[in-house]
Amino acid sequence: MNPNLKWKAVFIVFVILFSIYLLIGWPTFPTSVAQIKDNFNHQIKLGLDLQGGTHLIIQVQVQDAIAQETDQMVDRLNKQLRDKSIPFEEIRRVDDTHILVRNIDSTQSAAFRDFITQQYGNYWDASSATGEPSGYMLTLRQSAIASIQESTMNQSKETIERRINQLGLTEPIVQFHGRKDNEILIQLPGEGDPLRAKKIIQVGGQLELRLVHPGGPFTSQAEALAPTSGILPPGAELMPGKNELRSTPGAVPATELWYIVDRAPIVTGKDLRTAQETHSNPNNPGQWQVNFTLSQEAAKRFGPFTEQNIGHQLAIVLEHKIESAPNINGKIEDQGMIEGNFSQESAHDLALVLRAGALPADIKYLEQRTVGPSLGQDSIRHGVQASILSLVVVMLFMVFYYRLSGANAVLALILNLLLLLAALSLFGATLTLPGIAGVILTIGMGVDSNVLVFERVREELRNGKSAAASVDAGFDKAFLTIIDTHVTTVVSAFFLFWFGTGPIKGFAVTLTVGLIANVFTAIFVSKTIFQYHLSKMERQAELSI
Amino acid sequence: MAGYHPPGPSGAPGTIGKRLESKEGKQNRMIEFFKEPNIDWMGKAKYFYALSAILLLIGWFSIWQKGGLYYGIDFKGGTNVDVRFAKAPTVDELRKSLTVQGLGGAEIQAVSDSGLPGQASNEVLIFVEQKGSDDQAIDSSKARVLSALNAIYGVSDTGKADFNLAPLNSLAAILNQKDPLNLGTSAGDRYTLLAKKLLDYRDKVASGLGLVTDLSELSRVDGSTPAVVSVVKDNFSVGPFTIRNTEIVGPKVGAELKWQAIWVTLFALAGMLVYIAFRFEWVFGAAAVLAVFHDVLITLGFFSLLHFEISLTVIAALLTLVGYSMNDTIVIFDRIRENRRLLRKEDFAVLVNKSINQTLSRTILTSGLTFLTVLVLFLMGGQVLRAFSFALVVGIVVGTYSSFGIAAPLVVFWHHWRDKSEAAGSGSQPARKPA
Repeated sequence: MNPNLKWKAVFIVFVILFSIYLLIGWPTFPTSVAQIKDNFNHQIKLGLDLQGGTHLIIQVQVQDAIAQETDQMVDRLNKQLRDKSIPFEEIRRVDDTHILVRNIDSTQSAAFRDFITQQYGNYWDASSATGEPSGYMLTLRQSAIASIQESTMNQSKETIERRINQLGLTEPIVQFHGRKDNEILIQLPGEGDPLRAKKIIQVGGQLELRLVHPGGPFTSQAEALAPTSGILPPGAELMPGKNELRSTPGAVPATELWYIVDRAPIVTGKDLRTAQETHSNPNNPGQWQVNFTLSQEAAKRFGPFTEQNIGHQLAIVLEHKIESAPNINGKIEDQGMIEGNFSQESAHDLALVLRAGALPADIKYLEQRTVGPSLGQDSIRHGVQASILSLVVVMLFMVFYYRLSGANAVLALILNLLLLLAALSLFGATLTLPGIAGVILTIGMGVDSNVLVFERVREELRNGKSAAASVDAGFDKAFLTIIDTHVTTVVSAFFLFWFGTGPIKGFAVTLTVGLIANVFTAIFVSKTIFQYHLSKMERQAELSI
Repeated sequence: MAGYHPPGPSGAPGTIGKRLESKEGKQNRMIEFFKEPNIDWMGKAKYFYALSAILLLIGWFSIWQKGGLYYGIDFKGGTNVDVRFAKAPTVDELRKSLTVQGLGGAEIQAVSDSGLPGQASNEVLIFVEQKGSDDQAIDSSKARVLSALNAIYGVSDTGKADFNLAPLNSLAAILNQKDPLNLGTSAGDRYTLLAKKLLDYRDKVASGLGLVTDLSELSRVDGSTPAVVSVVKDNFSVGPFTIRNTEIVGPKVGAELKWQAIWVTLFALAGMLVYIAFRFEWVFGAAAVLAVFHDVLITLGFFSLLHFEISLTVIAALLTLVGYSMNDTIVIFDRIRENRRLLRKEDFAVLVNKSINQTLSRTILTSGLTFLTVLVLFLMGGQVLRAFSFALVVGIVVGTYSSFGIAAPLVVFWHHWRDKSEAAGSGSQPARKPA
């Protein structure tokens, strides 16, 4: 045999063995059929639509985080201007990114401007306020907004990841999504209960501690606003809370109460270091509470704050609802607790959520899909059946129409599929239901390459060339056409990959990999088989095509 | 070169083959469906154009009449719930119950396993559109659908959860709590595994695929004891339906996706136009793109006619179709280019005819084979892929004839028009530009 041919054959055999190894030899070398099955299942990652699971797309309300920065700035300014003895009439939040400081004493103008530039120059820009003599308008810089957006998104993603990990799923996915920079995609394979997932993600989403204005709680919003003739005092907000009475479960549900609280929280979820559920009352094992610890930096704020406000109530706000509003009885530095009608499970869940960090902003659900495992199983079954049937149909036809050469094509096709699966497993790509359709399309389009070559070979034979020359010419002339046709489909697939999510990406990947493998099998492998066959054939014999 | 005979003038079938039988090799009894076809494609072009015109008219009339394309949830937004029943449900009852929940306008569609119409089915798709972009919880519609289902089909046993709707963690929690295997308090993992096995049986093995009709069946599960089964029976009832799939898409998302889909398709077409213009002449590129565009339009028309829903996967099918139709067209253009080099003096239309005839075998065969594979997918691929495979079934047929029936004639027409205007301008036969 031609030595060149020998090397080609060796190479092909090596590729086959390597592919098989990739599919079933990993991670532990199989010693039984069951082990082979295990390895295979482990290697081929199934998409959500085949194994069942939940898919969520959330939008992080970054605007909230920006507004929060502004609120906290107002607070800081209030304090610091006082400390620096820079008199002013009012510091007012105009909107999410603007603060109006009114009537700075003219002798202190320069000091004020310097102070702002030094301390906050990279975030805020101070300029004279139109229509306000000796007043200043502070504007949040564009770069600061971008930076807040980025850190909010990063922190949201990390927090969600940590929380999702508590669900104990295999290989959940949390990643940035979409072109708008504020969406996150969450994929939870095997999680059949989206409500539970959403609860874990969002509950305790926003922990805030805020000062309660005296006079509350009120039983309606109108009543709350009565003392100030229906207008909210500056820097304050109306918030609903729960009825404080520790009613027994099953009794009349808690009615809503309303409080007037400070707009700016003194402490947020970001400042939380750890949280732990404990028994509230050693005599009542059914009652639980959550103890929390703040970071040192927050404790420095919290200490003086609680000291200054002894006797006032402190609202513990979760998700814009006041969980409880205990009195501040003394100075609290870094340790606090949340009491409520907590069972062990809900206290545990809450502590878990608090521990995993806090979401810096609210999230909104844009999309939610849950595939039940029975549907996934059905899809696998249908997909596999359709693949096998289409493969059989194609194989039968090829052998019938092209005889032995058809068998050649069948071998190439099988190797094509083997390579496709091996490549998917090597890259850790996910197989989805449209991905299986991609496999079927690879079968149809892949056999096209063979048909192209064979028709060309037939033409050359008809023109009188010898078998060997016809085969050579056939492959030569068809090569460019094969490349051309594959390129256009791969271009389509590329756009699909770029634009689609999940299942469609799976389809694009499978089709692309299948077609690339096809170039190898339909040209290199198929030709090698021909050359081998030709070398065994007599010079004048008929080529079975 | 002994044995080489250039393709004879059109109108001489069979002579070449016969003459060769005495030369090298006894080639050959090849099975051929298309022996030396010799069809005047350019002459027949008008029939193809007429066919396309009719298909386009019918299709787009349907679209106009139905008020637009039939978009699925991916583009409309809303809630889709896929429910499988132990016994086929009465649609009327279902609708009445939905109306009570304020979902009277919901669409109820039966799901069939195979592509053939007229098969009774235990599965329905309930679609509720989400109007407006208010901030109500994204899954409120789903909750209402569930309430509606529970109202007619819900189990009357108070307090017991439905086993057919139970998620893994609640089953595991109950097993953990009741501890039927007496494993003590630290057996959480083992019960989770057992719960998974029980649910796997329900979802993958039980005859209802997702539904268990009698909890005693659970004794067949590896690892379950009579104690386990009785714990399950004590705490769960068996409902007559299960939720196989839910999809909820916010309304704003849908509109965004629609525009993205359109942009992506246009970009893909532009990309291919550039590639073909680069490999051939620009007029080939334009003709190919127009033909593909025509394919997509006709396919969309069929979607409307047969009331198939356009989802994201359908867009994937359309883009694949774009690539595939290009393939076909490229094969013919390739041959035209090769023949131009060989037969410089030939009249262009005749040359194109010849090229198509030479590649006809390959074209029909490949399209035929690919068509068979997607037909298999359409009939056997299940509900989820039905619209996707339908797009390909229609698309492959249209895409195939558009290559020789629409794109090639366009190129010929353009060449003749250009030659005519040049001849009129200079009064002589212009030199032909090599491909």
